[in-house]
Amino acid sequence: MTGIDFILGGMLAAATPFLLAALGELVVERAGVLNLGIEGLMALGAVIAFIVVYHGGGHVAAFAAAALAGVVLSLVFGWLALGLRANQVAVGLAIGILGQGLSSLIGNSYESLTITGLPKLSVPVLSGLPLIGGLFSQDAVVWLTLAATLGIWAMFRFSRLGLILRAVGENPHAARAIGYRVIALRLWAVMFGGAMAGLAGAYAATVYTPLWADGMIAGRGWIALALVVFGTWLTGRIFFGACLFGAVSLAGLVAQTQNWPVPSQLLSSLPYIVTIVVLGIITANKRLLKINGVASLGEPF
Amino acid sequence: MIRMIRRDRASRPMAVSAPLIALGAAIAFNLILFLAMGKDAGAVFYALLLEPFLSWSGFSEVLLKTGPLLLIAQGLAIGFRAKVFNIGAEGQFILGAICASIIPVYFPQATGGWIWPAMLLLGALGGALWAVVPAFWRVRLNANEILVTLMMSLIAVQVLNYLLLGPWKDPMGFNFPQSVMFQYDAMIPILIPGTRVNVSLLLALLSAVLAWAYMQRSFGGYQFLVGGLAPKAAAYAGFSESRAIWLSLLIGGFAAGLAGAAEVAGPIGQLQRSISTGYGYAAIIVAYLGGLHPIGIVVSALFMAALYIGGDNAMVSADLPVAAVRVFQGSLLVFYLAAITLVRYRVVFGKRGSA
Repeated sequence: MTGIDFILGGMLAAATPFLLAALGELVVERAGVLNLGIEGLMALGAVIAFIVVYHGGGHVAAFAAAALAGVVLSLVFGWLALGLRANQVAVGLAIGILGQGLSSLIGNSYESLTITGLPKLSVPVLSGLPLIGGLFSQDAVVWLTLAATLGIWAMFRFSRLGLILRAVGENPHAARAIGYRVIALRLWAVMFGGAMAGLAGAYAATVYTPLWADGMIAGRGWIALALVVFGTWLTGRIFFGACLFGAVSLAGLVAQTQNWPVPSQLLSSLPYIVTIVVLGIITANKRLLKINGVASLGEPF
Repeated sequence: MIRMIRRDRASRPMAVSAPLIALGAAIAFNLILFLAMGKDAGAVFYALLLEPFLSWSGFSEVLLKTGPLLLIAQGLAIGFRAKVFNIGAEGQFILGAICASIIPVYFPQATGGWIWPAMLLLGALGGALWAVVPAFWRVRLNANEILVTLMMSLIAVQVLNYLLLGPWKDPMGFNFPQSVMFQYDAMIPILIPGTRVNVSLLLALLSAVLAWAYMQRSFGGYQFLVGGLAPKAAAYAGFSESRAIWLSLLIGGFAAGLAGAAEVAGPIGQLQRSISTGYGYAAIIVAYLGGLHPIGIVVSALFMAALYIGGDNAMVSADLPVAAVRVFQGSLLVFYLAAITLVRYRVVFGKRGSA
């Protein structure tokens, strides 16, 4: 197998944890809330899902449990940031630290254990194509995530709910004046974001690399946060950003198997370096951010 | 019906008691957790909260851990008050440790009283250097410093791994990922005989005094505060936002780097993978728990250091996983952020309109 078809075939799976978490955060931020605790929410979802699968509960129950765990922890965020109007940055950091702590506490006795992932579901004919065939052979969660991406894109583009969420994020006072319950809507968005981050963690620990290791989320929650900025709060661009990060993390693996004379640590840092560089390029364009950004992001209502 | 009413002015008694309320709530929450885990909660809390203060040897270890937490948190708090969120102190700490190690790794035979001060200086500069990237990215490229500082931390871990598995690995070290043991002159002199507490604790205390003088008594510190509380007013008054960002990040990086250098030139005595047990992240909690106030941070650093030592005790005596301490720290911050809302709001029970 050459490098390119390996990257093409694995890119979507590698992108899925980023994509799930970033889509959730997109909805949260569109509603005007900044939840920096994604890394902790993912870690908690990951360990819960792993334990469910390990004890024979199956993947469906595992993903449901992970989403639920994400919702519960994000409710703590909602209580502090929306209910008590605490500083969203500080609360996000606190939730992140708490979630990571809880995940390593809960996963303490499961360290380095492994489970079986999910089988690939292939599109007939297309998956037989040379070079790009791998793109059409993915596990069920990848297919569902692609559908969710499309769904969220359509929600913001066409639906009333999408418009209401954006109104709440742009100008909460105006949204309330015309009768929308800002705090309740924001809380729903935060819960949705928590569920998606939980699912992202579940995918990372039970499908993508079906094993438990403390700290296995390894900054992916933070990259998901950066992805929302890269994508300038647009679903389509976030999707392409997530694919780019999937490809970058696989490129590191390819380089290692091909024995390139590059230290493996440099390859491991590649996603982080790319994040910093791309973030700088995108945010340097203030006009782009001003057009697409969320006006009341991070401000308590 | 419970309602929250904004106070006319922030309540000082509440500001002081918020950390205590948070501590009480965190104890209650973790009590449930420990019981659910089937631990002897009494023994855990004894080991966690009391034992570190009961013996001189235990307390000296607390002082040893207080140093880095205090240094890092003072640096971070200056930025936090200006709303510059450097959460990458962990990476700046690691770079400090790496840069300080340059001297003993390349000149293992060198002797002289200049070595440890030079190492501390190199470490502090290394930490500040690591903060240059997020500062430049924020000021010139408008990029969020939270994300960039965190990414820089993740990269720092990889740099450390590269050095320890590659060029800096001790050839006589049985292939362990660690550097040579540092020579005698590369070690910071002991401050309190019979303990491991060294002179760097004085530097940490000095940082508290400097931070107090700067933030509470100087015009520069005042500009920081205004920039954090009312950015538009600060801009109108001509206070430079770029300057505040650069200074916040460089001071934070400098302090964290110094702490990293003091750790390798102090209790550890070599560069190794486990130089930091999450000090950079714990210091965020220390900074908030101390109310972002230089004096409050001294108290919260001492408390968090005790929690580290208590956690080690509880691991041995009550079979408590290390992660439980992280959960305790995290829940403490969550409850603190809830409690400080009482500083600005008062809770009213009763029917609407009766207040």
